[in-house]
Amino acid sequence: MAYRWTNTLTRADATPEALFLNRRQLMAGAAAGIALAGTGARSEEALEPNSWEDITQYNNFYEFGTGKSDPASYASALTTEPWSIEIDGLVERPGTYDFKDIMAEMNVEERIYRFRCVEAWSMVIPWNGFELADLLAMAGVQAQAKYVRFETLYRPEEMRGQSSRFIDWPYVEGLRLDEALHPLTIMATGIYGRTIPNQNGAPIRLVVPWKYGFKSIKSIVKITLTEEEPVNTWQQLQPSEYGFYANVNPEVDHPRWSQATERKIGGGLFSPRIPTLMFNGYEEEVASLYEGMDLTRFY
Amino acid sequence: MSGRQGMRVEAKPAWTDRVNGFVRRVPTWPLYILYLLPVPWLLYLAQTGGLGREPIKALEHELGEIALQLLIFGLCITPLRRYLGINLLKFRRMFGLLAFIYVALHLLVWLVLDVGILSQIWADILKRPYITIGMVGFVLLVPLAVTSNNWSVRKLGPAWRTLHKLAYVAAILGAVHYIMLSKVWAVEPLAYLAAILALLALRLPKRRQKQIA
Repeated sequence: MAYRWTNTLTRADATPEALFLNRRQLMAGAAAGIALAGTGARSEEALEPNSWEDITQYNNFYEFGTGKSDPASYASALTTEPWSIEIDGLVERPGTYDFKDIMAEMNVEERIYRFRCVEAWSMVIPWNGFELADLLAMAGVQAQAKYVRFETLYRPEEMRGQSSRFIDWPYVEGLRLDEALHPLTIMATGIYGRTIPNQNGAPIRLVVPWKYGFKSIKSIVKITLTEEEPVNTWQQLQPSEYGFYANVNPEVDHPRWSQATERKIGGGLFSPRIPTLMFNGYEEEVASLYEGMDLTRFY
Repeated sequence: MSGRQGMRVEAKPAWTDRVNGFVRRVPTWPLYILYLLPVPWLLYLAQTGGLGREPIKALEHELGEIALQLLIFGLCITPLRRYLGINLLKFRRMFGLLAFIYVALHLLVWLVLDVGILSQIWADILKRPYITIGMVGFVLLVPLAVTSNNWSVRKLGPAWRTLHKLAYVAAILGAVHYIMLSKVWAVEPLAYLAAILALLALRLPKRRQKQIA
């Protein structure tokens, strides 16, 4: 849709396009989103996106196993076509929305976002996607809706990790409606201009760049608008360690480790820790959402 | 000790004699070298992408896991002798020392490569229970490594045996440390703790074992 939010990370911060195209042998078709480059660029933001290998071989996607390389090894078993998302709850037009029909309506653009895992590692990822607000508008949000609840596919015959019982599948996440409607919040369907790989949450996943990565739920099959705050999977598993909000915050530690610093993946054996930024560097854009809230209580 | 061995002579099957005979002929020093080979190998893998996209955590984890395995090998020696009559006593010091070396390397990777920030290291040791527990485990192993020589054994006498029972505590702490750093209840760390507790249970005097069972 109209570019209501301007990316501070641009193509200028990324791998030079020629190199990138050469390396990935990309079709020029992806250029639609790339055309945004240059608008509102801030030169001090010299962040370099991680390599395709970093992004697609180091994943937390417990549906395919708890090891970081398990998703890359086993996610190919997942069938992503056909795919549909059931949108229900407090919406004007509840129903099952076919993935192709959704994509026909949506305006896919590139968003280069920092990605910060609750485990204190991070990446920079050039997503392709559209604003969640546009998808919610398709279904029409009713006035009394306050929260959005998301569900990942449950298909143990294709998702080998789901045979493990330590998580009450399917994986569930949630956002407050204003967070969901924030222009930074996107549904990603691609990375580096290519179709999003299964291990990264194909065919469609949430990306909320100012929150820890576990909020950015993958392979979504259901979206429900509710009045009640949904209980997300990690909160249910370990309420003392994971809350509903999970905003990136260097001052609020995980009970078992510090969140003050992070390591950017891809730096090899001598990659140092770097300071973690408030709201993962999106403080200017999102801090107002949490005005007056005690962030140590609403972690 | 000798009385019990005497009693066992008839019951002992021939294969244990062969094992023990073979063990007597195996020198220890090549095993030290063999068991230290994973260190350069892991460093090589870490540098060449063989440990994945985040080699620091992977290296740290591998070293820690080898250390736990070595501690477990060390704990196997007494039950093997007691229940099967296999005598691997000559390797116990080696397993202990190697375990200490691997724990020390694991700690070193954490200190230098993983955290690398002095204030955060200190805060983590004090504030993070799993790190505190890991550190205590390491500290307990230090006097054991220092006294793992014949001179200390002679000098300390019976106190040496008591002192080296700290290895039991260190092994348990190591496994608990592993369990606590997992985000979910994973099988592997629990299996290490179970193995350690089982091996310690096999050391209890016979009568107490029955009571516990």
